[in-house]
Amino acid sequence: MVGTDGGALIGMAVALLVLFNARIAGISGIVGGLFGMQKGDMNWRVAFIAGLVAAPLVWQLFASLPAVRIDGSYAVMAIAGLVVGIGTRYGSGCTSGHGVCGLSRGSLRSIIATLAFMGTGLATVYVIRHVFNFWI
Amino acid sequence: MVNIIALVSGLIFGLGLILAGMANPAKVLAFLDIAGAWDPSLALVMTGAIVVGSLAFAVARKCNRSYLGLPMNLSTSRVIDKRLVLGSLAFGIGWGMAGICPGPALVLLGSGSVKGTVFVAAMLLGMGIFEILERTRSINFRKRGQS
Repeated sequence: MVGTDGGALIGMAVALLVLFNARIAGISGIVGGLFGMQKGDMNWRVAFIAGLVAAPLVWQLFASLPAVRIDGSYAVMAIAGLVVGIGTRYGSGCTSGHGVCGLSRGSLRSIIATLAFMGTGLATVYVIRHVFNFWI
Repeated sequence: MVNIIALVSGLIFGLGLILAGMANPAKVLAFLDIAGAWDPSLALVMTGAIVVGSLAFAVARKCNRSYLGLPMNLSTSRVIDKRLVLGSLAFGIGWGMAGICPGPALVLLGSGSVKGTVFVAAMLLGMGIFEILERTRSINFRKRGQS
C-alpha cells in the first residue's frame, strides 16, 4: 500500500530526528523557529528544510514525479498560505507536529489541535464545494 | 552530525510525502471532501506514520539523552488554551482552501511549482507576522510589569 509506505517513511524521519537530535519533526515549528534567529539553533533547521525541499529533486533521479494538481488560484494560495502560517504558529503545530508526532506521543494538546484543524479543514472543503458549489 | 541527521530526516520526510500522495493538493482536498468523491487513502498515511512514530517516542521516552548525547527534554506542556484551539482552527481553514499544509508546501517549492512557491512565501509572511505580534506582546507585557 503506497499510503502506509509513505506514512512509514514519514514515521522513520520522525524517529530519526527524535532519537538522534531530540527534536520533534513538526514542519511549522522547524520553519517558524528560524524567525527566532537564535545562534546555534539555526543550522539544523536549515538542514532539515533543505532535505525536504530537495526531496522532489532526489526523487527525480530515480523516477518521474507523480502528477500534482493545484486547483486554487494564486489569490487563494496567498490567502491560504498566510492563514496557515499564522494559524500553525499560534496553534504550535501542523499536520506533522500535532497530527503525526503529537498523536504518536499521545499528547492531549495535539489531539485537541488535530480535531480542530481536521474539523475546519473538512468544513471549509464542504462549504466551498457543496454549499457555494464553486472551485476557488 | 546533528545537521546531517536533520538533512536526512527532512529528505526522508519529503520522499514519504511524495510517495504517499500528500504533496498533491488535489488528493488532499479529495481526502477532506467527505461529502463528495471521498478519497480516504490519506488516513492510511497518518496511520502508517503514527505506528512508526509511536514506537520511536516510546523509545525516546525511556532515554534521558538522544543517541547524539543531546538532552531529551521534549515539550510536556498540557495547557489547552485559546491560542492552541483558535490557531489550529485557523490552520484548518487555510488547509481546506488550498489542500496544502507546511510540509507538502516545501516539497511543492522544491518541485518548482509556482503556486506552491506563492503559498510558501505567504506562509513565511504569516509566520513573520506572528513573530512580530509575539515580540510586541512580550515588550508590552514587560512594560506593564515595570510600571
